Amino acid sequence: MRLDTTILLFLLQDGVTNGAIYALLGLALVLIFAVTRVILIPQGEFVTFGALTYATLAAGKMPGTVWLAVLMGAVAFMFDLWTLRHAFRPRPLLRSAALNLGLPLAILALISLLAGRPNGVAVNVILSLIIVAPLGPFLYRIAFQPMAEASVLTLLIASVGAHFALLGLGLVFFGAEGLRGPALSSASIALGPVPVTGQSLAVYGVTAALIVGLWLFFGYTLYGKALRATAVNRIGARLAGIRTSLSGQLAFLLAAVIGAVSGILIVPITTIYYDTGFLIGLKGFVAAIIGGLVSYPLTALAAILVGCVEAFSSFYASNYKEAIVFTLLLPVLILRSLAAPAVEEEHD
Amino acid sequence: MRQRWPVLVFALVMAVIPFVPGLPPFWLVLLDNIGLAALVAIGLVILTGVGGLTSFGQAAFCGFGAYTTAVLTTSYGLSPWATLPASLLVAGLAAVLLGLITVRLSGHYLPLGTIAWGISLYYIFGQVELLGRHDGISGIPPLTVGGMALVEPRAIYFVIWLAVIVAAVLTMNLLDSRTGRAIRALRRGPVAAEAFGVATARMKLLVFVHAAILAGLSGWLYAHFQRAINPTPFGLHAGIEYLFIAVVGGAGYVWGAVLGAGVVIVLKEILQGALPILFNVQAQFETIVFGVLLVLLLQIAPGGLWPRLMALLRVKSAGPQADVAADAAALDPRPAAPAASASLLRVDNARKQFGGVVAVNDVSFEVNAAEIVALIGPNGAGKSTMFNLITGVLASDGGEVSMQGRRIDTATPQQIVRLGIARTFQHVKLIADMTVLENVALGAHMRGQAGALASLLHLDRADEARLLAEARRQIERVGLGDRIDQLAGSLPLGQQRIVEIARALCADPLLLLLDEPAAGLRHMEKQRLAELLRQLRAQGLGVLLVEHDMSFVMGLADRVVVLEFGTKIAEGLPDAIKTDPAVIEAYLGAAA
Repeated sequence: MRLDTTILLFLLQDGVTNGAIYALLGLALVLIFAVTRVILIPQGEFVTFGALTYATLAAGKMPGTVWLAVLMGAVAFMFDLWTLRHAFRPRPLLRSAALNLGLPLAILALISLLAGRPNGVAVNVILSLIIVAPLGPFLYRIAFQPMAEASVLTLLIASVGAHFALLGLGLVFFGAEGLRGPALSSASIALGPVPVTGQSLAVYGVTAALIVGLWLFFGYTLYGKALRATAVNRIGARLAGIRTSLSGQLAFLLAAVIGAVSGILIVPITTIYYDTGFLIGLKGFVAAIIGGLVSYPLTALAAILVGCVEAFSSFYASNYKEAIVFTLLLPVLILRSLAAPAVEEEHD
Repeated sequence: MRQRWPVLVFALVMAVIPFVPGLPPFWLVLLDNIGLAALVAIGLVILTGVGGLTSFGQAAFCGFGAYTTAVLTTSYGLSPWATLPASLLVAGLAAVLLGLITVRLSGHYLPLGTIAWGISLYYIFGQVELLGRHDGISGIPPLTVGGMALVEPRAIYFVIWLAVIVAAVLTMNLLDSRTGRAIRALRRGPVAAEAFGVATARMKLLVFVHAAILAGLSGWLYAHFQRAINPTPFGLHAGIEYLFIAVVGGAGYVWGAVLGAGVVIVLKEILQGALPILFNVQAQFETIVFGVLLVLLLQIAPGGLWPRLMALLRVKSAGPQADVAADAAALDPRPAAPAASASLLRVDNARKQFGGVVAVNDVSFEVNAAEIVALIGPNGAGKSTMFNLITGVLASDGGEVSMQGRRIDTATPQQIVRLGIARTFQHVKLIADMTVLENVALGAHMRGQAGALASLLHLDRADEARLLAEARRQIERVGLGDRIDQLAGSLPLGQQRIVEIARALCADPLLLLLDEPAAGLRHMEKQRLAELLRQLRAQGLGVLLVEHDMSFVMGLADRVVVLEFGTKIAEGLPDAIKTDPAVIEAYLGAAA
């Protein structure tokens, strides 16, 4: 098949749409790494959970992630109890009980009430977000907060462990079969010879809105500034009265929401299985690493590039698509390493 | 000699196991799998636990080993044993190529890089026609010994565990050697290792290849054990599992790899068998339990199970024993010692800028043989930067530095230490989990000859004994003879600084660069240090000293060079410096 303008535009549209989603994930990864030093391999699981929760709700069924939230909340509550065992105070206990036990149960009640009804797309999207969002802070509380001071590598290995656990849970709650969800918009406009789908437009719009939203959040809100302070210097932030564990939970909340949004955006385009999120998340990763795990705009640009490389390699050498995308990372990593100043890493 | 009997006992026990009557054959399959995983994990111990290079991609090297023999035996009809060298060679060559890229990556980019090529290779294995694409290759012939085919799990068991024990012994040999010390120094960062002549990039590549060849061996055995292969066991998830095994066992311990493989594989088997019955669902519960256990383990016992087990059994792991070192022959000293008061180091208008900040501003001074020169100045005056320029850690932006007339401002740290400049560090850079003896012996690294191959086979013992003897002499020289077997990290900070001096002396230097050697010492210890430095001076050594303790400096130095904001503001005899108005102003501010 020869590459003509129509195919070129198709591939570009495909690439930019996927790239926009990778950009969102890349941003979340950068955010998490900056604030907590965790390289969040399970970011992809948030995508899966968001996608499958939305698709299940749209099919009029009760998504298993509701139960997952109840389960993880209970475990997080136990972790809080364990931490409080020496210095027992009623206030933090009540707060923990409300957030870790009360909230998921309230969500459970809400979903039991609403699932199965013919809800609109908007209601299902909001419900999906409400279900998946608390999973982020719970994950941080359980897996990462107890070892917040560990080295990046230890955190990375723990992150892999969390990925395995959530992957398995995904299979338990959603089964091995893939799902597709209804499109956010069925509109379509013609751009020259190529129709641009409403779904693509929704992807662009949501991505842009989220990026602007994050920018406003980090620039103009107290919590956003607290997160930035934690990212720059953990000890300094603590001295300034910022609870770094709160910053961590907040960052994970954002990551879960962003992951879920990405999942909801992508599930009308491709069938999502319980293990699809991993590869999608890894591509967000490629973008985040190209951005050096620090730069948001560079990450967003890199994500678009990754999406386009993927689209074009699936045209020219579809069998080697994944291999090409991930090999793309190697020259970038080399350049990054060469550019990084030769500072001694202190392990004390 | 390190005691060998635990290894012998272990080998005997493993040799007897298949003959236990009534042993279910399934257990032998399990033991075979444990051995295969342990081989890969032993490589990860030296790569990740000891060398500090985390690799998620080891399974890919198993793939290289397995596919090489699969293709050669099925398509070209070679006998399995004939393909063993080819399998190891392919895995090794792949490691050289990937290693050349990977070891250049710094910090967390390195493990991410291994994830990247780990995934890529998995997809490539699954797409290449020659390798049978996703179906893989079947009909691989079994190994044969004396005409007997090793088809049964019981038969191949002996080959697998022989490989494991040989690999473990060779790897321990390697770690207990000159090369091993250099590898163990990698984790502490490149600067200290390079300051004593270790080519860190080459060392990293070496451990990378070592680990890959062990993985390749495991892959070769796997191919002839399973008789059919496909890409799945060589993907990223398998690579993560191998890392998991190494972490569970205790990433710094060779036998921890074997323990970890045993625990993980048995656990996996139990989970796969028991969980579906327990929950009555067909789901991968073992994945969940696995992930949860990994996270919990890192929270509770980040060091792994092996050190816990050893502590439980009250076994103390010992480094090389110091007493054998006493009667070894001495190392050859530097051929031509310079005449007393000959010029050693000449710094001529050296300059270093960091962005707009001039850290060293056209500074010039000299250090002669048999002379102690002190470099003083307030914090941020550029003293440590000056040290880093002289020792090649930083590249200068102008001026000249020369040692005995040879320019060294473009030389590498390894070349500079060979010319006779050895240093200590302001922030102590010892390897905390190595003994004082081993730490100091690292200083003599470039005076040893034995290479990695000799270390693997322990053909390096004479060379090694001479290095350890030299280390022992230098430790006694600085007065730490009673600490020789302790872990460096357990010493008080002041004594760690003295260990650094002994390590520098091991390099047989002409010029010693000491960065705040007296910090953290008590009064008596300072006096002993001053005495030692006077002795070294009497023996013709030049000493360049950065120090904040003025009474220490003024009583000891022949000359003093004063820096402020990177610029030399005074140079002269200690008494003249004490009354120099510019110096007083720099330290105390303008006179009232």
